[in-house]
Amino acid sequence: MQSLNHLKELEAESIHILREVAGAFERPVMLYSIGKDSSVLLHLSMKAFYPSKPPFPLLHIDTTWKFAEMISFRDQIAERYGVELMVHINKQGVEQGMNPFVHGSSNYTDVMKTQSLRQALDAYKFDAAIGGARRDEEKSRSKERIFSLRTANHRWDPKNQRPELWRVFNSHLGPGESMRVFPLSNWTETEIWTYIGNEEIPIVPLYFAKERPVIERDGMLIMVDDERLELPRGETPEMREVRFRTLGCYPLTGAMVSSAKTVNEIIEELALLRTSERQGRTIDKDQAAAMERKKQEGYF
Amino acid sequence: MACDSVKTPKATVPGNEPERLRDKTAGKPVLRFLTCGSVDDGKSTLIARLLLDSQLVMEDHLQALELESKHAGKGAQDVDLALLMDGLQAEREQGITIDVAYRYFATKNRKFIVADTPGHEQYTRNMATGASQCDLAVVLVDARKGILVQTRRHSHIIDLLGIKHVVLAINKMDLVDYAEDVFAKILSDFERFAAHLNFESLTAMPLVAAKGDNITTRSGNMPWFNGEPLLSFLEKVDIATASDTHGFRFPVQWVNRPNLDFRGYCGSVSEGSVSVGDEIVVLPSARTTRVNSIVTYDGALERAGRGAAITLVLEDELDISRGDIIAGGKDRPSVADQVCAQLIWMGEEPLIPGRRYVINCANQTTGASVTKIKHRINVNTQDHSAAKRLHQNDIGVVNLAFDRPLAFEPYARSRTMGSFILIDRMSNATIAAGMIQFGLRRADNIHWQAIEIDKQARSALKNQKPLCLWFTGLSGSGKSTIANLLEKKLHAQGLHTYIMDGDNVRHGLNRDLGFTEADRVENIRRVAEVSKMMVDAGLIVLVSFISPFVSERQMARDLFDDDEFFEVFVDTPLEICEQRDVKGLYAKARAGKLRNFTGIDSPYESPEDPEFHLKAGTVSAEALVDEIVLALERKILSR
Repeated sequence: MQSLNHLKELEAESIHILREVAGAFERPVMLYSIGKDSSVLLHLSMKAFYPSKPPFPLLHIDTTWKFAEMISFRDQIAERYGVELMVHINKQGVEQGMNPFVHGSSNYTDVMKTQSLRQALDAYKFDAAIGGARRDEEKSRSKERIFSLRTANHRWDPKNQRPELWRVFNSHLGPGESMRVFPLSNWTETEIWTYIGNEEIPIVPLYFAKERPVIERDGMLIMVDDERLELPRGETPEMREVRFRTLGCYPLTGAMVSSAKTVNEIIEELALLRTSERQGRTIDKDQAAAMERKKQEGYF
Repeated sequence: MACDSVKTPKATVPGNEPERLRDKTAGKPVLRFLTCGSVDDGKSTLIARLLLDSQLVMEDHLQALELESKHAGKGAQDVDLALLMDGLQAEREQGITIDVAYRYFATKNRKFIVADTPGHEQYTRNMATGASQCDLAVVLVDARKGILVQTRRHSHIIDLLGIKHVVLAINKMDLVDYAEDVFAKILSDFERFAAHLNFESLTAMPLVAAKGDNITTRSGNMPWFNGEPLLSFLEKVDIATASDTHGFRFPVQWVNRPNLDFRGYCGSVSEGSVSVGDEIVVLPSARTTRVNSIVTYDGALERAGRGAAITLVLEDELDISRGDIIAGGKDRPSVADQVCAQLIWMGEEPLIPGRRYVINCANQTTGASVTKIKHRINVNTQDHSAAKRLHQNDIGVVNLAFDRPLAFEPYARSRTMGSFILIDRMSNATIAAGMIQFGLRRADNIHWQAIEIDKQARSALKNQKPLCLWFTGLSGSGKSTIANLLEKKLHAQGLHTYIMDGDNVRHGLNRDLGFTEADRVENIRRVAEVSKMMVDAGLIVLVSFISPFVSERQMARDLFDDDEFFEVFVDTPLEICEQRDVKGLYAKARAGKLRNFTGIDSPYESPEDPEFHLKAGTVSAEALVDEIVLALERKILSR
């Protein structure tokens, strides 16, 4: 018997994990971030439960500072796939006027993403949250289990993780505890793109190169997505051919100069790139081990 | 199929060429390997070197690394490669690897997933976690130190987990002047040790991971070495051992019922293959039927092989749920409720025979306990020694009994059907990894004798509902006094009762048992089983036992039906018990004449959620008994 080729192997492994979540937990949810990894995760969920629909809703934590194109893409998703999509915004954060420019990226991310996520998980009493994080993204993520336990306070204890042997997953939870589950743990960035191409998975057009209005700030190319981006230093937006390697909140996500307009061109570009995927993300660099700390606090 | 409408619309992304995309390694076999060995033998450095030399370290990561290396007091030209791998802050601070990290890299010939595992003995569980995902192990040895205890321990664990291919990487050769005889001596030491193990291939190579000797290219410093450098060896090594002849195995994960017309079973093919029309058997019920269709999102299949994630539709409607195993009708796995297995103990608390745990074996979940530790294995000498318990990181061979029969195969035949984990009932932690060696046939020969007069018939005659009231609390808390008083009241109402008292039972049934933790577990097990028989006989049983451990009381509770078991926590403060000291035992314990005495030098774990919580230090026994009678009255008298 010929072995499955490795993309098929990855696909089968992810489907296996998604089905474990559906079988082992009472109230699972899928964290949907609108990015390419979430798109792959959603596609895999459609496969895993076919002909049923995925037996869990999608949850988007809306920081109110996402790219406009992401939100319009998101709003078509529920209809396109026929799945339930929940959107949660941290209302207190909005009332406080949380703003990445004023409050700093670290503070802002904590309130509008981490705290917001925790609010939503608590409010709906989800016992398992499926996320699209991959181990090749960042070094603290390379240490994480596929089934990753969170305390009742949503904290991750990286020094005391449950051993995770073979494909036997321990889904037992104590009162208030929950599980974060990462079906894409073993995928790399290149594999995600190859799969998106092969399976023709819809993604936000921001991933493809196009002339966009950008300003250069602190070494990053920031797209002027709406009028909330103030230009006190008298910067003038200029049109440049750019694309985004990852998508987050527009004021915190750097664009890259690129002419890659197709999935194939992106894969070719990746092979030549000498920087890591999250290099364009401000929030990872605030301090050493920034991601590990954020993850411990409940960030995805 | 009627469900086509749920399929996803195709994307309208630019650049969707009809032909498959070019991921250069897609379709090539993946090699999953781990690095292991003793602390400071250079495991993380080796992986970082592989990534660096195959140009997989990104510039921003390298910059961060140089900063951190400077911070750690090393020169910028001499970056500490291990810092690249140790992803947790605690690891970088202590300069050790705590948990397994997975790294991904590819050359033009192969894709690799490498598990960087910790060397410290206290993190052995994380090393085993990494090894369970791999097909090949690179065992690192520091050329100056040779084979160490931890080298032997790791070699033993990778052998236990069924890894057949080993690279012996003798590292830091620069520190022994690249001497061939040092290399040869370590290799022969290892070969002598590994003769007991089941490796199919062993390949040794001399390295300097920090400088790159024999990593991607042959080292000019060791012309005496004729073998291939590590990376080209890993690109070529053939790890295929899977046989095509294995029977079909399919643990059911999820029942797929989108509507009344469709019922499918989702899962992954763990062994063998399945075709439409094949006869299958569902275990443990042993019902048989045939495969009607194999459903996937990408279309129906005629046949599915190992690893495929599919949905099976069967010809007959059988009652199948998550935790059942679907297998080929002819070549079936064994079914038994007792097995012999190897265990790697990972829990902080030791393994105690008789204590109840949860087992998860190929998605079958039930209660389990170790009936006997056959021996512990000394990983250093391979000797077997007798053991009453297994401590964290111990490896042993044990007999296990399950609450119900499970389908399984020896681990050597099937990783999926032969592996299991044990889970602690209280903390929910994964406390052991197990590999089944063989089933114990006892279960096949002892059949349950069906008896026609049942519990209901017996209790109806007594006009009562049978119950077990389990009194727990410190010595001197007043358990026996309250139980006695309660029995008198119930007896006066014409109810049929019996008291099992801790002290009295030790004069007869349990007189062979002492007061060690293991003996206490057995003490409770016997009492719980006898009480169950009495409840089955229709009686109201009052058990009065210190029973200090949560897990043992849980074991007792599990034997009974939901509405039969009442935990009565006689909660008297230790000071009051010690003041009373009716039997003079506290005085003896304080004087050191009595060991393992609950509350003094042995713990009492309070019940978290007992049915009755009696504050016996402040309220009189009479009042407490009235409270229980009132609460029970309806249950008992109304049958």
